[in-house]
Amino acid sequence: MNRKGFLLTLTVLAGLATSAVAQQPVKIGMVTTLSGPGGYLGQDIRDGFQLAIDLEGGKLGGVPVQLLVEDDALKPGQGKQIAEKFMKSERVRLFTGIVFSNVAGAVVPDILDEGGIYVSPNAGPSNFAGKECHRNYFVVSWQNDNLHESAGQAATDLGYKRAFILAPNYQAGKDALTGFKRLFKGEVIGEVYTRLDQTDFAAEMAQIRAAQPDVVFQFHPGGLGITFLKQYQQAGLLGTIPMVVAAPSMDSVTMEAVGDASVGISVTSHWNADFDNEANKKFVEAFQKKYNRLPTYYGSQGYDTALAIAAALKAVNGDLSDTEKFRQAMLKADFQSTRGAFKFGPNQHPVQDWYLLRVERGSDGKLALRTQRKVLSDHADAYAGQCKL
Amino acid sequence: MTLVLEQILNGVQLGVMLFLLAAGLTLIFGIMGVINLAHGSLYMVGAYAAAVTASATGSAILAMLAGLAAAAVTGMAIEYVVLRRLYARNHLDQVLATFGLILFFNQGVTMLFGRQPLFVDIPAALSGAVEIVPGVPYPVYRLLIIGVGIAVAVGLYLLITRTRIGMLVRAGATNREMVRALGVDIRLLYTVVFGLGALLAGLAGLMAGPITSVQVGMGEQILILTFVVVVIGGIGSIRGAVVGALLVGIVDTMLRAFLPTLLRGMMAGAEADALGAGLSSMGVYLLMALVLLLRPKGLVPAHG
Repeated sequence: MNRKGFLLTLTVLAGLATSAVAQQPVKIGMVTTLSGPGGYLGQDIRDGFQLAIDLEGGKLGGVPVQLLVEDDALKPGQGKQIAEKFMKSERVRLFTGIVFSNVAGAVVPDILDEGGIYVSPNAGPSNFAGKECHRNYFVVSWQNDNLHESAGQAATDLGYKRAFILAPNYQAGKDALTGFKRLFKGEVIGEVYTRLDQTDFAAEMAQIRAAQPDVVFQFHPGGLGITFLKQYQQAGLLGTIPMVVAAPSMDSVTMEAVGDASVGISVTSHWNADFDNEANKKFVEAFQKKYNRLPTYYGSQGYDTALAIAAALKAVNGDLSDTEKFRQAMLKADFQSTRGAFKFGPNQHPVQDWYLLRVERGSDGKLALRTQRKVLSDHADAYAGQCKL
Repeated sequence: MTLVLEQILNGVQLGVMLFLLAAGLTLIFGIMGVINLAHGSLYMVGAYAAAVTASATGSAILAMLAGLAAAAVTGMAIEYVVLRRLYARNHLDQVLATFGLILFFNQGVTMLFGRQPLFVDIPAALSGAVEIVPGVPYPVYRLLIIGVGIAVAVGLYLLITRTRIGMLVRAGATNREMVRALGVDIRLLYTVVFGLGALLAGLAGLMAGPITSVQVGMGEQILILTFVVVVIGGIGSIRGAVVGALLVGIVDTMLRAFLPTLLRGMMAGAEADALGAGLSSMGVYLLMALVLLLRPKGLVPAHG
């Protein structure tokens, strides 16, 4: 071997050695919905998550991470394929990102069966909160029912007696109506299931008008909600029958798109851009600076999920081989949530406060969600008791 | 009783939207033998062009013209660039290519306008409601949609039965080769028909803008129902599209509006709601299956 060849070999070997010493980044698989009507939900979750990584300079909890993102297009089958691919060819152990409960229902069991960890930034279907809860399954956002329980409580507090309630006919829609009814003390005089691909709600508007309720509660996430609210206004119901909704039916994007039709609507949420705490101020400012738009609550959940994972990664020093150690670290929830107080309940779902917001037109002429008051304190979900961990 | 009347109007209005889409789809299939999955994308293009123009200029007329022009030009461009190469191929190739176009347009719109839905106002003059019968206020804009739909149906009928282009269209639908052999520029005819179909899809899209949300993927949501309409009405038949669209629109709306209430009279609340919702969303597909069983060529077949 000549001198040049020897030197070359040496350099290559040295290169190998250094890369072995430097820490391999922890791969995080994000399966989320980026296309179609629900596309902006996944986009905000991804951007919020990425923001947390960027603010730490490519790390979470001091551990270098690599975020792999793919679009499930709101198709459970596609989500399963992506998760499969991430696990088989990229050796991903830690997953997050799913927006919709029907996708989560298909993908999450696959991940858990393979010994992976899933941290939900959004969907929290009821079955995974109760009997089917799992040691490696965490939810940072909420259990689906919580959103609507808070709306039910708010409707009761506001003194409404007769409610007309609507939601799409799928798992999260059913959870929504169940949740609302759980804490609403008045009478439900009409209960309608709509379709997830519905574009025209004229039939439902006519039913609402005929029923003359005190209040309408509806759950229609993303584009569906925009359509629903516009048609609610066009049917002339907006001025006459008040509406109470949970956060998914009225985020800042929906509000922008709906415009004046949203003024005066009561919204319940666990987070709002105007929350006065350090973590939230930092998040809202950094998000607006980086993406040049106001974050929706999906953005805050993506960010909080990243922070929760960061705290756990720090405690285990980026080592995911012992999932029990990671779990213990996760459950401490040692991070500053943008929503203020946050902790995990026994089924690894959040225990948190819920607030009443109202859509108002600010002095600058812009629409904004304003926080009014707290509706529920340290609220857990109804399924925790069924979970045996 | 007034509720029933209102729901029938709602059904007719949904039917009209479906008709505008189905007319183009069925024309294109009947004459050119092409299954155009990207028809929903033309609907989206029309809606976006109108929404963007409306917010830039504030003029409803300009927005309408922009929507129509954008959809028609896009349609003709698709025909010229992509479909022209596929007429001789089998349906699977066409489906593959037009499915690719869906992805192309969805991604293109996402890159241009982002994923967040756009907001379109109803023009102020049309934003009110009128009482068609006492006690039933109905939005003027929806009445206008019904009116436009009827006008288009009549216009298409006259175009196809009374004009030279219509004659060629009918001839082309019956026997393509013969029309070509007689020296008609069939390629030009194809482009014109495709443009017309696209124009109608764009019209549906721009009218839908103010009542639904203008967003990526809006075309695919309604495209499935449109295919149901075409199958029920009879592939290639404009009259079939009218009948099919109204039938689907009314059946769908009526089932959604009244089935859960009917069922609630027979069984417990929650079960009735779940069953009602399930049955009413299956309703139009059951109807399609029934039609296929009894009249496999559709209710009003194009020829024969």
